[in-house]
Amino acid sequence: MNQKFVDLLVGLFVLLGFAALVFLAMRAGNMSGSFSLSNTYETHARFDNIGGLKPRAAVRSAGVVVGRVTAIRFDDKAYQADVTLSLDGRYQFPKDTSAKILTSGLLGEQYIGLEPGGDLAMLTTGDRITMTQSAVVLENLIGQFLYGKAGEAGAK
Amino acid sequence: MMRMLSASWHWLIDRLVDVGRGARFFLRLCWLGVASLRRPRLVVDQIYFIGNFSLSIILVSGLLIGFVLGLQGYYTLRRYGSEEALGLLVALSLVRELGPVVTALLFAGRAGTSLTAEVGLMKAGEQIDAMEMMAVDPVARVLAPRFLAALIAMPLLAALFSAMGVLGGYLVGVEMIGVDAGAFWSQMQGGVDWIDDIGNGVVKSVVFGFTVAFVALFVGYEAEPTPEGVARATTTTVVVASLAILGLDFILTALMFSST
Repeated sequence: MNQKFVDLLVGLFVLLGFAALVFLAMRAGNMSGSFSLSNTYETHARFDNIGGLKPRAAVRSAGVVVGRVTAIRFDDKAYQADVTLSLDGRYQFPKDTSAKILTSGLLGEQYIGLEPGGDLAMLTTGDRITMTQSAVVLENLIGQFLYGKAGEAGAK
Repeated sequence: MMRMLSASWHWLIDRLVDVGRGARFFLRLCWLGVASLRRPRLVVDQIYFIGNFSLSIILVSGLLIGFVLGLQGYYTLRRYGSEEALGLLVALSLVRELGPVVTALLFAGRAGTSLTAEVGLMKAGEQIDAMEMMAVDPVARVLAPRFLAALIAMPLLAALFSAMGVLGGYLVGVEMIGVDAGAFWSQMQGGVDWIDDIGNGVVKSVVFGFTVAFVALFVGYEAEPTPEGVARATTTTVVVASLAILGLDFILTALMFSST
């Protein structure tokens, strides 16, 4: 077979392979997303209980992804979880924005929902979101329900 | 009793010698594989032989596996009312496991056997001896370019397999069953990390490329120079390479994905 033809086919094969890799990274993976989120600012939030929240979880406001959770650590002074949120620089939030840990769907992953307040000053790097609401823990919920029932029975 | 002990002792020593020879051969292949970059002509010919000829089986089986993943994933996820996670399921299982592993198994069957048979027949036809007579190192001239070509071809084939699988999952999940296309892709992009998942998948496929190429060439090179010897060597390549791939996959998965 012609040597040039072999070269052409090999070149095509290599090109196709790399195209598949790029396709996977951009279309199936989050490579394109990680580029657009290059301009971010970091804020912190303390939660009593983060439930099943994991690093890289989404931060949403009104259902739109506006950032990512970049780090979670335990604060041994306040005995709370200190969550670092990396928010997209395009979006500004008032200083009295509140953060909740929510679950998408019944068994879905957990994310942080931001609800903007009415303050005129905006959150900047290093600020802390003070109003937070912990994740719903099923055991606590059941416990509350049972105590509530017991209380009702006692009142009768 | 003493004779049995000494027989098993000799057997153990022989296997240890085999392991040592294998390790030496592996290092030599790695070194000469790098050196054969100076002879790109030979490597390109081998990529054509190993890579391009494996392309059809890899692409078709990738697409079919994607179809099956789409169907099975949909039926299971529907029970939990989370059909939208289909894209994530298809992409993660392909990129992390099925892409590298199934490609490597097919690659062992398609390219590994032909490498073993080729090298074994060269040995049976005394071509290897003839090369040594002419002071040409057969490992450098014949084996190293094949080794390097397999290393280059394997990750590319695995990436193509995964891409075709994702496409297959899309065709079945979105076009045939009717899962929402936006959710399919956004869940996939939300859950697949391009370093942790895709990068580790590529690392896996490179390791499997090393495994298949080394096993195929070593077994072929050590084959008895008879028709039966070559036939047995070809079988050995498939069995040993497949087992090595699956065993290594377990170790690699435990190393890569246990922290999250």
